[in-house]
Amino acid sequence: MLEISGIRAGYGSMAVLQGIDMRVEAGEIVALLGSNGVGKTTLNNVISGFIRPSGGSISFKGVTITGKKPRDIVALGIAHVPEGRKIFPNLSVAENLKLGAFRRASGNAKQNFERICAIFPRLKERLGQLAGTLSGGEQQMLAIGRGMMSEPELLILDEPSLGLSPIMVEEMFGLITKINADGVAVLLVEQNVMQSLGVAKRAYVIEQGRFVMQGDAAGLLADPQLRQAYLGM
Amino acid sequence: MRLNSVGQIALVAAAIAYLLGVYFASSPVWMGFTINALIVAVIALSWNITGGFGGLSSFGHAAMYGTGAYASAILQVKFGLNAWIGFGAGILAGATMGAFIGALAFRYGLRGSYFALVTLAFAEVLRICASSFEFTGGGSGLQLTLTPGIGNLQINDRTVVYTALLIVVAAVMALTALIKFSRFGAYLIAVRENEDAARALGIDTYKIKVQAMAISGAFGGLAGVLYLQLWLFIDSTVVYGSAVSVEALIGPIIGGAGTVWGPLLGTLGLHLLGEGAKHLLPNAPGLNFVLYAIVLICALRFLPQGLVGLAGRVGPFKKKENDNA
Amino acid sequence: MLEVRNLSKSFGGLKAVTDANLDVPEGSIVGLLGPNGAGKTTCFTMIAGFTKADVGTVRFRGQDITGLPPHRICELGMIRTFQIVQPFAGLTVQENIAVGAYLHHHDRRDAMSVAREVGKRLGMGAMLDRPASSLTIAGRKRLELARALATGAKLLLLDEVMAGLIPSEITEIVGIIRQIRDEGHTFLMIEHVMQAVMSLAETAYVLNQGKMIAHGPPRELVKDPSVVEAYLGHGAAARLQEGSHA
Repeated sequence: MLEISGIRAGYGSMAVLQGIDMRVEAGEIVALLGSNGVGKTTLNNVISGFIRPSGGSISFKGVTITGKKPRDIVALGIAHVPEGRKIFPNLSVAENLKLGAFRRASGNAKQNFERICAIFPRLKERLGQLAGTLSGGEQQMLAIGRGMMSEPELLILDEPSLGLSPIMVEEMFGLITKINADGVAVLLVEQNVMQSLGVAKRAYVIEQGRFVMQGDAAGLLADPQLRQAYLGM
Repeated sequence: MRLNSVGQIALVAAAIAYLLGVYFASSPVWMGFTINALIVAVIALSWNITGGFGGLSSFGHAAMYGTGAYASAILQVKFGLNAWIGFGAGILAGATMGAFIGALAFRYGLRGSYFALVTLAFAEVLRICASSFEFTGGGSGLQLTLTPGIGNLQINDRTVVYTALLIVVAAVMALTALIKFSRFGAYLIAVRENEDAARALGIDTYKIKVQAMAISGAFGGLAGVLYLQLWLFIDSTVVYGSAVSVEALIGPIIGGAGTVWGPLLGTLGLHLLGEGAKHLLPNAPGLNFVLYAIVLICALRFLPQGLVGLAGRVGPFKKKENDNA
Repeated sequence: MLEVRNLSKSFGGLKAVTDANLDVPEGSIVGLLGPNGAGKTTCFTMIAGFTKADVGTVRFRGQDITGLPPHRICELGMIRTFQIVQPFAGLTVQENIAVGAYLHHHDRRDAMSVAREVGKRLGMGAMLDRPASSLTIAGRKRLELARALATGAKLLLLDEVMAGLIPSEITEIVGIIRQIRDEGHTFLMIEHVMQAVMSLAETAYVLNQGKMIAHGPPRELVKDPSVVEAYLGHGAAARLQEGSHA
């Protein structure tokens, strides 16, 4: 569904991605693992159209999306939940969610809203609350919920577990599994290697702007090289 | 002062060459023009302390400039005191005004645009007060009696004036360098880069900012006094007007805020550009201000580190050891 | 070394911290755990002087420091770091560390040489002349620690220093913290990364909704039902209990 080939990208004179080939099939959870600063967020930004790659191409459902504007990419069915949540603190939970729906004007907005509330009961309880007063975990859920409002077929999650307590991290990964069960493919960018490999079907490991390992999740989890480099075992 | 590249050395050399070349200029116009530019350079250097090193952009530096000028003028005209006393008093008055504005603004945690607007407000209030009170000469301003002589700090010989100004500018730049490489300077820069992190490392950020305003004010007052002694006449628009505040910030931003050479290079460059514009298009008075605006916009957009930064990219040297100069 | 008694703070109607008590013995590493919004950072900001407590006292090395401004507390030897690493972007690594060193070394040469020495001790010798903005996240965390150490601080308050690190980087920073502790420093750390808490902390306090609900060695805490309920979740608790038996 999502095909990425030969992507090179960077910021100004700094080259970050050095030739990335990957894919995400419909309905899969694919994990993108690696430490901070090696290119994971850059790749997400390229997919979503925030950054132009200097080389390579990306296609989604057969349509080339490299060079398209972010709003067109969202319209095609990709939603990007950025690192650090980035919700609107002075707006209510409900308003934050509704803002997620503006593009996919399919008339299903109200139903989507109900559906999201069903998936995220905590948000439903707090619809009138100012988003800035939510806890970190609740804000993360709000960010994901907002992303879901555009009815994506591919959800890109950038470090959803960052700064969350262990219990919230668990809830988060449970949510990801649930969303995926509804048929949404997920590209999960994470530092929490263990739990990510627990929910993902396949994974790619990125270092210094290129992939150093890839394969199905179970295999990677058992790989001694990965265990040593990333799990410190 | 560290010059890190061929480009920077060339730029500085060009400036020095120009300044020395003025002595041999065929027309006295050059010296007169450069004298004006040098006074502006002093207030640019003053702005650079808070705006450049401290990251506190003031839009009202005229407040310190004007206060220095008025303090000296009042002491001379109303109290008959000697010009040298006026000189010292002007610098002190500038420092005090700077500290006062800083103490008030930073007490309430003003930063960024809020700080800029408050400084502008102060300058404007002072301007209006100066033109309203008899004490400050009201609308007619203050005129010093023409009594040439070094004892009265009124020098007729243009060349002597020029040389004196060169020395003053060099001294202020030397002080700027001293500050940059001192503990105070490091703390000020830290406050600019990240005030919260600075506080967390034991820096009394309020005190540092107020001190920076005081030093900046002293240099600003100095510039005001120099202007007074040169032109012997000031009024509220001339010394408290926004033109002064703009000139204060434009030179450092274009030359390179937070550097030692930036304010001088930027000011000289701009003034030369303005002169050039006047010659090319003599029928368009005021065009130089339009040019200033365009250059400022371009500098802000494309040259965040100013001319010094740009020159730094031309033939950089790599230093192996960290220079403790 | 640090004694906190009855610390409380409300923001408007919201009770951020209620009656917090904790002790940090000299030379130890103590954890401060709890869900987001539980009041951990508020505790830190009160202890370090960035926020004024409504009620309560903080004593550092026997001296009452409640209500002192942050820079005074820093002079006395307590430094806090930030959740989001904050290097002085325009400066080199050495210059960054020197800002810390200047606290007790007023001469530039002194400060720079202390900065060099601290930088080398934390393994940053090769990076001293690079701009701080070029460091990786793990590097920035080291820088934050180096800067804090350069001030001569004896007690370091670390706010989620492990956030955003992959497990092998976590192991690296854990090693550095241990090294620093062995050199004679004390740590109070807010942390979610249980891997780090289990390896480092001798004791931990758990905050939930502003109140302390438990404290003790981490091994005990992972078995405490109220901690599991509020903070760890059953999955994590099971993994950690398993780990601690291994």
